[in-house]
Amino acid sequence: MPEAGFPPPPASRIPPHSRTLGVRVWRGTERSGHFQSFEVPRLESQTVLDVITYIQRTLDPMLAYRFACRVGMCGSCAMTVNGRARWTCRTHVDKVAEDGRIEIAPLNNLPVVRDLVTDMSGFFDKWAKARGQFRGATTRKDDFTRVPPASPARRLADAAIECIGCGVCYSSCDVVAWRPDYLGPAALNRAWTLVNDVRDTDNRARLAAVAGDAGCHACHTHMSCTERCPKQISPTASIAGLKRAAMAAAIKGDI
Amino acid sequence: MRDERLSVRAQVLLWTAQRISAAVLAVCVIVHLITVIYAVRNGLSAAEILGRTRGSYAWAGFYAVFVSAVVVHAPIGLRSVLAETFNWRGRSLDIAVMATALTLAMWGFRAVYAVFA
Repeated sequence: MPEAGFPPPPASRIPPHSRTLGVRVWRGTERSGHFQSFEVPRLESQTVLDVITYIQRTLDPMLAYRFACRVGMCGSCAMTVNGRARWTCRTHVDKVAEDGRIEIAPLNNLPVVRDLVTDMSGFFDKWAKARGQFRGATTRKDDFTRVPPASPARRLADAAIECIGCGVCYSSCDVVAWRPDYLGPAALNRAWTLVNDVRDTDNRARLAAVAGDAGCHACHTHMSCTERCPKQISPTASIAGLKRAAMAAAIKGDI
Repeated sequence: MRDERLSVRAQVLLWTAQRISAAVLAVCVIVHLITVIYAVRNGLSAAEILGRTRGSYAWAGFYAVFVSAVVVHAPIGLRSVLAETFNWRGRSLDIAVMATALTLAMWGFRAVYAVFA
C-alpha cells in the first residue's frame, strides 16, 4: 500500500540558472522617485503579488502597496507590470517576466500616494459623476421585480456587471491621459449596466451625465480597456451602447 | 461665472453630425478616387475634364455634397484633436473650429463653382 498523504511535488520547471528574479520596483511619489532593484527567489506558480509581498516582508518593510483578497475579487492590487496595467494577484511571473526580470510601477493616470499605491478617489468620484448608483421606484414593501435572465437588456447588463473596480482599464486608457475630465471606461461601463437595468428610474439624468465631450462620446475606440480588463469585460462595447442611447436621447430632446 | 462650454445636447449632436458626415465621406471618397483613376488612366487633359464637368448639375451636386461633408466632418474632428493635444477648451476653441469650417466651405465651394461654371 502506498503511504497516504500528499503526492510528491512535481520536478521544478524553473531552470537552475534562473532561480532568482530581478525586480525593479517604483519607490517614491509621482514627482520624485526612482526604480529600486531587488533579487527575489523564484518559486513555482509565483504571482507578481507574491513577489511584492516577499520584498515587503523580507527585504524592505517600508515598501507601500495595496492588496486585500489575493484571489481576483476585490480589485485593489492592480499595478503596472512591465509597462502594462494588470491585477497582480492573478498574474503569474511566468507569464510576464522578460529575461528573468520584471518592473513594477503604480497604475498610470492616477496620483501616486507612495511607491505602488495610487489615490483611487478621482477614479471612484467619476463613478458617482456618471450616476453609477442604482435608483429604483419601489420600496421594501413591494414584491421583487421579475427580470427574465434571457431578456436583451438583462443580457447586456450581465456582459458588463462583473467589474471589480480595479482601475486597469482607466490606467490603460489614452483618452483619460489626454482629457483628465473624461469619465473613463469603468465609470461608463457601470452606467451602461444601469441603463440596462429595467428597475432603474434615473436613466434620463444618467445619459445626460455620461454624454458629450467628457463622457462616452470622447472615446476613440482604441480598445485598450477591453484588451486589458482582467475580467474580460468590454467597456468599449458598453461605451458604444451609451453613445447610441445618448444620441437617440439628444435627437429626441431628452437630454 | 458664465459657462462657455456647449450644452451636452449640442456636444452629442456634433458627434452625431460627424458620424453621419463620415458615412457620406466614405462613399464620396470612393467615387472621387475612381473618377481620378479613370481620368488619369485615360489620359484626360484638364480641358477634357472641364468639358465633362462644366454645366453638369450631377457633378456639381456630387462635389457640393462632398464639400459639405468635409465642412462638417473635419472641424469637429479638429475640435477633439485640439482639445486633447493642447488642452484647449471653451468658446475660443469653438470659434476657431467654426472659422476653419467657414474657410473650408469657402475654398471647397469656390472649387466646385470653378469646375461647373
